[in-house]
Amino acid sequence: MSASEAAGRPVDQVQTPAKRGRLFGPGRRLAAIVIFAALALLPLVANLIGDPFLVVTATRIMVFALAALSLDLLIGFGAMVSFGHAAFLGIGAYAVAILASHGVEDILVQTVVAVAAASLFAFVTGAISLKTKGVYFIMITLAFGQMAYFFMVSLSAYGGDDGITLDRRSTLLGSRLLSDDIALFYALLAVLVLAYLGLTRLIGSRFGRVIRGTRENPARMQAIGFEPFRFQLTAYVIAGAIAAVAGVFLANQAEFVSPAYMSWQRSGELIVMVVVGGMGTLIGPVAGAIAFLLLEDWLAAFSEHWKLGLGVLLILLVLFGRGGLAGLARRLTGGGRA
Amino acid sequence: MNTPLLSIQDLRKSFGALKVTDGVTLDVPAGELHAVIGPNGAGKTTLIHQLSGSLASDSGTIHFDGDEVSRLTMPERVRRGMARSFQITSILSGFTVLENAAMAVQARSGSSFRFFGRAGAERRLNDEAMAALDRVGLVDRAERRAGSLSHGEKRQLEMAIALATGPKLLLLDEPLAGTGHEESAALVALIAALKETHTIVLIEHDMEAVFQLADRVSVLVYGRVIATGTPEAVRNDPQVRAAYLGDETEAA
Ligand SMILES: Nc1ncnc2c1ncn2[C@@H]1O[C@H](COP(=O)(O)OP(=O)(O)O)[C@@H](O)[C@H]1O
Ligand SMILES: [Mg+2]
Repeated sequence: MSASEAAGRPVDQVQTPAKRGRLFGPGRRLAAIVIFAALALLPLVANLIGDPFLVVTATRIMVFALAALSLDLLIGFGAMVSFGHAAFLGIGAYAVAILASHGVEDILVQTVVAVAAASLFAFVTGAISLKTKGVYFIMITLAFGQMAYFFMVSLSAYGGDDGITLDRRSTLLGSRLLSDDIALFYALLAVLVLAYLGLTRLIGSRFGRVIRGTRENPARMQAIGFEPFRFQLTAYVIAGAIAAVAGVFLANQAEFVSPAYMSWQRSGELIVMVVVGGMGTLIGPVAGAIAFLLLEDWLAAFSEHWKLGLGVLLILLVLFGRGGLAGLARRLTGGGRA
Repeated sequence: MNTPLLSIQDLRKSFGALKVTDGVTLDVPAGELHAVIGPNGAGKTTLIHQLSGSLASDSGTIHFDGDEVSRLTMPERVRRGMARSFQITSILSGFTVLENAAMAVQARSGSSFRFFGRAGAERRLNDEAMAALDRVGLVDRAERRAGSLSHGEKRQLEMAIALATGPKLLLLDEPLAGTGHEESAALVALIAALKETHTIVLIEHDMEAVFQLADRVSVLVYGRVIATGTPEAVRNDPQVRAAYLGDETEAA
């Protein structure tokens, strides 16, 4: 069922010709421009109102936005509900911490290692997980995520359960540029925008079309000659690699790494961000991450039972807000197929 | 004599104790439209599953175009030129009609591990897809969402997708299923036209359509072929009349 059907659009509108090859309408593009422009201006605003902590918060939000964005490739476009995505975040973060503890501090080297390790982990666990479907896929990805979690817990050389604190942030080609919060912020924003644009292209490409077709009807895709498994596994590796890059930034932002980054709760939160934001929209999960983390901060300030409040809000959103934040924006603006 | 395009030898399949395909042997020469008829539950759809590769056979062999294909996966068989349509419409509802066909062209046109160029804008894929839509008469629906088509149009699209894979052999599983009188007349005309260019195994319930289209007919009952021959010969076969046609004509 398409989002427009879910929104209860009248039938005659559904039947109007869809624009050829146009996957993302003007609504989504506008939302992306607004969100990224607002982020780009944020350090200026923080400076004006004299609240440098805003930049730190926003950096943290963008880490999860990047991870949620990558998860949307799996959940939103590939119908692969991975419940172990935080493992890749953790792999990226640990790549930084472990390499740094051996004196390898360059972020480019750390990122290459993080992406390689995450890709390998994704390839092996994905190949096994993708042999299953539906709820079994959810459970097996959860199991692999927990495996990664407990592996790091038991790795006492690198802090075990307590995690490790970084002495300082990564270097970039020998410079200490990223020690500056604003530089780190813009570096991550650039990566986030790049990932968004790249994934937007990918979704419309031959590869993306096969992924989307498989989501809709795998039997049909096989009957015209595709082997969905190879494409799904590739998507799984791509999503894992991007999440690992988010992890590299997470380690740098927090200057601390612990197994908690890989816990199943984290994976669940990433799913929530995707669903809340509107899966299969790419920009939705970015908005979802922003909303989730702001709400978390805000509710936490109110009461220690903030998770309960968050749960209630989530249920309301699922009940009344089909299509997540993207769907809500679409209905509010009365826009067409955004 | 040429070897047949499709040659089935002693094919078997059981679900538990139920023998659904029970030693089917059948040759379909190139250019023939071979109809398979039989009562509900005779195993016709199962046979199509086995031929297309979506279901593994317990034993027996399938030769296609001179090679054994019995152990090949469905995508491998499609690439060799076997295409199937589904008894229950199986299309990509959220995609446009054109993209449904273009996807099938894409499957056989170079690598699909391309991550950046816009697939929807590839002229060559779209042109070949259009040609397939043209054959089934859906060109004016090309930009519609496939899910919004009428039932008859969806049946046409089923066939356009199969055609777009560039097949030598079409395995059509009850292409007229659920269609009204006019829709089915149009589909019969379409199949008659496809017969000029493709070898076809046609499973169909509509006897009128079968006797109009088929060069030869096989009658499947409880997973066995009880008769094969021209429509005329099969119609007059006493065993067939007893087992199947008799009931049909009485019921009709
Ligand atoms: N996956 C399956 N598991 C068990 N029994 C099946 C399965 N598929 C088909 N059957 C049984 O096999 C028999 C033949 O089914 P089918 O091939 O669909 O017949 P037809 O297409 O001739 O109506 C039926 O009795 C059906 O119930
Ligand atoms: Mg059937």
